[in-house]
This record gives sequence, structure tokens and C-alpha cells, in this order.
Amino acid sequence: MASAFDTGRRPQWCPGCGNYGILAAVRAALAELGLKPESVVAVAGIGCHGRMTEYLGVNAFHAIHGRAVPVAVGVKLANPSLKVIVHTGDGDAYSIGLSHLLHAARRNVGIAVIVHNNMIFALTTGQAGPTTPKGVRTRSTPSGNPEEPFNPILLALASGATFVARGFSDDVQHLKELIKRAVNHRGFAIIDVIQPCPTFYDVRREIRGRLYKLEGHDPADFKAALNLALEAEKIPLGVLYDVEKPAFEENFKHLVKQPAELASLRKLSLAKLLARFS
Amino acid sequence: MAAKELAVLVGGPAGSGVFATGAIAARALLYHGYSVFATNEYPSTIRGGHQWVLVRGRLGENVYAHCRSIDALLALDAETIRLHEARLGGRGVVVCDESVAKGLCSNARIVALGLREVVEKAGAPPVAVNVAGLSALLAMMGARLEPILEAVKSYYRGRERLAELNVRVATMAYELGVKLEALSSLKLKYEPRGGRLLLDGNSAVALGALAGGMSFFAAYPITPASPILHFLAEVQEEVGAIVVQAECELAAINMAVGAAYAGARAVVATSGPGFSLMAEALGEAAMTETPIVVVNVQRAGPSTGLPTHTAQGDLRFAIHASHGEFPRVVLAPGDPVEAYQLTCEALNLAWRYQVPVILLTDKYLGESYWTIDGLPRVEPDEGSIIVGEAPAGYARYRVTDDGVSPMLLPGTRGARVYANANEHDEEGFVTVDPETVRRMQEKRFRKLRMLRALAEERGVKVYGSGRVALLVWGSTKMVALEALRELEGVKLVQVVWLEPFPAQSLGRELEGCRVLVAENNATGQLASLVREHLLREPDSLLLRYDGRQLEPEEIVEFVRGGRGG
Ligand SMILES: Cc1ncc(C[n+]2csc(CCOP(=O)(O)OP(=O)(O)O)c2C)c(N)n1
Ligand code: SF4
Repeated sequence: MASAFDTGRRPQWCPGCGNYGILAAVRAALAELGLKPESVVAVAGIGCHGRMTEYLGVNAFHAIHGRAVPVAVGVKLANPSLKVIVHTGDGDAYSIGLSHLLHAARRNVGIAVIVHNNMIFALTTGQAGPTTPKGVRTRSTPSGNPEEPFNPILLALASGATFVARGFSDDVQHLKELIKRAVNHRGFAIIDVIQPCPTFYDVRREIRGRLYKLEGHDPADFKAALNLALEAEKIPLGVLYDVEKPAFEENFKHLVKQPAELASLRKLSLAKLLARFS
Repeated sequence: MAAKELAVLVGGPAGSGVFATGAIAARALLYHGYSVFATNEYPSTIRGGHQWVLVRGRLGENVYAHCRSIDALLALDAETIRLHEARLGGRGVVVCDESVAKGLCSNARIVALGLREVVEKAGAPPVAVNVAGLSALLAMMGARLEPILEAVKSYYRGRERLAELNVRVATMAYELGVKLEALSSLKLKYEPRGGRLLLDGNSAVALGALAGGMSFFAAYPITPASPILHFLAEVQEEVGAIVVQAECELAAINMAVGAAYAGARAVVATSGPGFSLMAEALGEAAMTETPIVVVNVQRAGPSTGLPTHTAQGDLRFAIHASHGEFPRVVLAPGDPVEAYQLTCEALNLAWRYQVPVILLTDKYLGESYWTIDGLPRVEPDEGSIIVGEAPAGYARYRVTDDGVSPMLLPGTRGARVYANANEHDEEGFVTVDPETVRRMQEKRFRKLRMLRALAEERGVKVYGSGRVALLVWGSTKMVALEALRELEGVKLVQVVWLEPFPAQSLGRELEGCRVLVAENNATGQLASLVREHLLREPDSLLLRYDGRQLEPEEIVEFVRGGRGG
């Protein structure tokens, strides 16, 4: 079933890498949503996560480091009939590209952002990043990370995201359901996916026994979502926040076009505009 | 003496309506039948700080640029008189309100009028002193009332209450001025010519983008490029374009790249600091072969530099910006009509050859305005997109003879469109295979063959003839055209395509000539390109790098051998 979303290339990540689970979950989600591959665009940043576009059989734009979100915003605005998914990393989204993430959330642009949060800069061979826990030894923090990580869920909520979820790449079924909801969400959706990187930082040890799935939580309750985001010991998985608001691209509704029309040229008469200059 | 030409300077503190006065003055002269040029100067502050507008008119012939000497000064404060009085020619006058004249040494030139009183009587806000002063000054110079009122109405179009108040102020102040006609030796003529426009370079860029089929524009506010954003934001619904104020220039250009990938003709506009931030994404556009047009309205750098002053310091940077090697086009219009044409052409080039196209204008071109007879017809051409069904086995980066791989848009049935900012193979998959890397790099660079031919064909413009070649680029062309009126045996050579560089056609034009170069930068960047591409050392260089465009008088002196070197 998922094979429609396969490019036929064999994924190349380290054994045990969380990216496999995320890839499996996205493929299954798209298939279950009944989407045609051509109606989806995946935009990826730079990092191990960036290879998603090599394996996910949909239209794709493999962007530069940190800028996947604004590229995705441009795609969505130009052609809102496309489903736009961003694959980004904790370095890509939360470090170099942070401002774009917050502003896309604030504008409620209709893109689904999947953050492969392995709490490490993996592709650059293991340096600390903005979500690396304090004290962790990495190649850039040999005596232990002296910095406090920030809380991406709290940040997403604070910046106005209308869909905020957390998943775990080892729980593909659960993640798949989150992705389905995010892709169909009206406006901006973010899923922070806890992703083990067995090579540089295998978070599995760290989170063992701390994960639990949300039950009975009302995702429309912002304060409840904030409280969940603030939980320190336990790590809730699921949809923390989900409300419906008009998406940014709806401001430009009169412009919605199909590709054939998009490609056809608009010859504009400037006569009326020129009256301003007479 | 009937004035065949005249120059009026309006000055005052920021917030006193100096720009409005300049705009109304320019229109009033235009409606009298004059050809008009107007330019301004202001500091990077909203209140306080001195600013001015110079409006220059000429009857029967074009006026191309500013000038040193002025005929009249409308002073909205005493500082204006102190700063600009020396520029007044022999019989020039200063018009101001009585309160401004108080405390100044008595001076035969100064005509102090009860402008505030007029404004009060008219029931207008105090700032309307500017319109009162202008109307009185123009009346002194024999202007007709009707064109002044037309100018006021045109400026306040859509703001009916303000229009009405200012019409009243202008009418009353006109009476004051008429009585003083004897004080002005200049007499305006009234030879109206319809159908002409007053156009600034920034609006010209916006219009050219729209004419070129632009449907997506993103920008982050920055002087002196913001007027492009303002204009497009205002008309976006009327013209059916998406206009976004991005969170920074990195976002603006990346949004544009995404929009272009999805099929929208996208443009971004910025100035030096923002252009620096866009550098990395220029390479992204080049590597993904996404068509993109970047407008850099240059201001004086480095760094924040002089945020509101003009320069041509980014030429080398535009040619080389971003790491690695890739083909690009850099175009530099010299006047509003060229700005309009070249912005449309930039879009056409970007969409035909799938390369980044950079348009270099500057503050002087962007924010000054000129009289034009109209705009030529320009149109978007069809580019290199495949419309309709996907061909079997479609690959986004198919290696072709001319290097251009037909572009499909995402959403096309049965096709996967894979754009990749990493080096990639024909289908877009990441590659490090040396053979593939070489083929793809060569494929991209093959586009240069056609671009070079276009540069040779369209890249150089010549005005006049002679054994002395005055070489310029960008808005310096207008200053040089003004200077040319005073010079004999000089041909003005303007380089419009800076990359690829039209080496052969320029070489032909310069052959057998003494080569003089005038540029608005400190290092002679065009001169360095002449050295590089023509192996020729210019005979003399005139460089100005104080945030001001060269003056026509300066160029005349330079060519006559008085300056430069
Ligand atoms: C502008 C820029 N700076 C630095 C890099 C080098 N770089 C590549 S990936 C990366 C960080 C990757 O971390 P993350 O986004 O978390 O992705 P992961 O590899 O962990 O999936 C960096 C710093 C780059 N490509 N571009
Ligand atoms: S380094 Fe880490 S993130 Fe990258 S592929 Fe290996 S396990 Fe996965």
C-alpha cells in the first residue's frame, strides 16, 4: 500500500536510526489519507533528516540548512491545493531556522512541519544543539553541555501554532495517526518527533519509562496544553493542541490555481495603474 | 524672462511635508508643460533632521538629473536657508513664513510671507504651510493657479478631505504670491502637453515585474527598497498577486524560491544589507535551477552604512555573491523606463534559462522621479515550463544541449518534481559521483552560451558620438546624459548587462577612444571589469563615494580634464 510513496531508493541511515520509523509513518499516513503522490510536496532541510526527500515518493524540494520552512511557505502560497510537509531537524528548525518556524506558526500557514528531534546535530558528526539536554557530552561539549535546552512545544504554543503534537519515531502507528491529523489540519501544524540517533545520541536510554500517551486531554484547551508542555519528568505523546483558525493562504483565495493555469502567462494591462503617475 | 528651465529646492525638518511639497511642485511644473526631474535627501530618522527635495524643470527638452545651482528656495525652517542659500543663483529668491525669517539677518532675497495665517484662515492643519509656501512661490513665478490645484488634487487622490483643505490653502496663498510677481525674475511658461507621466525607479520596477507576469512578491522592509513593497502591497488585489512581508530577507528569498518552484513568477526586492543575507539562497536558486529575480536598490555601505543615501558599491558583490560557481545574470537599468523593461526582461530570462537574475538599481534611481512619455509594451514570454501532461520518464534535471531542463510544476499528474539544493543527478537525487557532478555543472554552465550572446546583443547602449568615451552603469547614466548637453565629441557608453559581461560589444565601442569612467563607488568596480574583460586600463576615473550621486557639473569638469584620475 505504502509503495506508491517509495522512490525505489534504499534508505541509508545508521542501523537503529529513528528516521526509518518516521519515513514509515509518513508513507503510511499519506497512503491512508488516500493522497495522490503528485498532490504532495515534501520540503526538507539539511541534516540526516534531509534524506527523506530521497526516499519519500512525492514532489520534493531539498532546501538549504534552516530554510525549509520559508520554502514550504512559498510553495503553499503559490499553490494552496498542494499538501506541503516539511522534514526538518532540531538543528535545522530550532537553531539556524528558528525564526522561520515561529513566524510560520504565527501566520498559521497551512504546512505540516515534522521535526526529527534527535537532540543532536547528527550529520555534522555529533555536536550539541538547542534541544540537547544539559550535561550531555558531545563533540562540541566534551565536558558536558553547559547550556539549558529549550522547550520546543512551549515555543510552538507561544508562537500561535494551531496544531502541536509530539510523537516518537519508535511508535510508528501512533506517529502515523499524528501525521494524518497534521497533514489535514487547517493552518500550521508541528509535530516534534523524538528521534533516537544511536550513533551520536541515543535518547532511548534517557526517555525510557518517561513516555506516556495522552488520554482524555482536550486539545482545544490551551492552558491544559501549556501545562502538559511544562511537565518535566513525564513526556506526553499525542496531540497537545488542536484548534481551527483560518489559514494564512486563505487570504489569497482568489489566486488559487491549478498547475496548468499557474504556468499560463498573465498579461496584465497596466493602464489603470499608470493613472497614479499622471 | 521666460524660464526655459528652473530648479526649486524645498527643505525643512522631517515631518514638515517636504516630500509632499516636492511631489506637488513636480506635478505643477509637469502640468505647465515642463519636463521634470525630482530627487530628495533625508536622514534615517522619522522626526527631526533636515530633508530636502530638488525639483528641476525644463521646457521642450528632457531634464535628466539634478544640478548645483538653484533658482528658488522654499524654506520650511531657518536651517534650510543656512544650508542651501549658497546654491541660489544670481537672482534667486527664498520664500518662507514670517516666523522663519524672524531672527535672520535681513536679506534682499528673503520673501517672508504670512503663510501660517493663510493656513489658519483656511482651517487647515499647521503642516499645510508647505503647500501655502509652494503655491505662493509658484504664483510669484507667474504660474497659473489651475495646474497648481490639479497637482494638489492629484497628490491627495483618495484622501478627499486633505485634498479639499490643501486646495483652499493653495488658492489663498496664490493670491499672496501673485502680488509679489515683481520679486521673481523667472517667469514660468504655460505650454501644457498631455499624456506624460512622472515615474520613479522603484515604481518602475514594480510595474515591470507586474508586466512580466509576477504573481509572488516577498520583502523585508528596508530603505530605499521599501516603496516597491508598499506599492505592490497596495495593488495586490487589483493585479492578482501575492505580496508577503517576510520575517527577514532570508525568509523572503526562500519563500520566493518555494513559490517559483510551485510555478509563481516570484520577485524579491531589498537593499545591500538584505542582499547580503540573500546570498546563500541565490546559490540555492541556482543549484535547484529555480527562476528567481532579486532586486537590489543599492545604498551606501558597508554594513548599515548610510541607510538613506545612494551608491553603486554592490556591483562586484552582485556578480560574485554566494559560494561556488553558477551562471547568473546581473542587469543595471539607468532610468525608470529601463527599470521597467529590464525587470520584465529579468523575469523572462529567469524563467527561460532557470537562473537567478539580479537587478541592480540604487537610491538615486529608486526614489527620484522623471517625466516619461509613456511605457513601452513588454510582455512575459512562455519560458521553459512544460504545460499539461508529464512526458514519460520526466526528470527535472534532464541533461540537454542548451543546458535548460524543461520544468514541470508540482501537482502535475503522474510526475515527481524533485528539486535539490545538493548536487544531484538528472532526476534530482543527491549525487557525489564525479562524472555526474561534472555533467551537471557543465549542463548549468551551458546556459551561459545563450546568455553571453544576449549580453553582447543588448548589454551596451551608446548615446552621442565622439572620440572620448564616457563609460557608466546604472543611474549615473542620467547624470552623464545631463552633462552631455554641455560636452562635444563625447559618446556616452552605458553597460546594462554586467554579467555575463558584453566584452566584445563594449570593446568595439571603446576602440580608438579615450576611455573615461564615472562611477558612484570608491574602487571603480566597472573600471575593474573593463580591465578584466578587455585588458584595457581606462584613461581616467571619476569616483564619488560620499552617499551622493555625481553631479552633472562634476562630470563636465572631469571630461574637460579638470578632475579625476
Ligand atoms: C549555513 C550552514 N551552516 C552549517 C551547515 C552544516 N550543517 C549541516 S547539517 C547541520 C546540523 C544538522 O542537525 P539537525 O538539523 O538536527 O539534523 P540531523 O542531522 O540531526 O538530522 C549543520 C550545522 C550547513 N549545511 N549550512
Ligand atoms: S547519525 Fe544519527 S541521525 Fe544520522 S543516520 Fe545515523 S543514527 Fe540517524
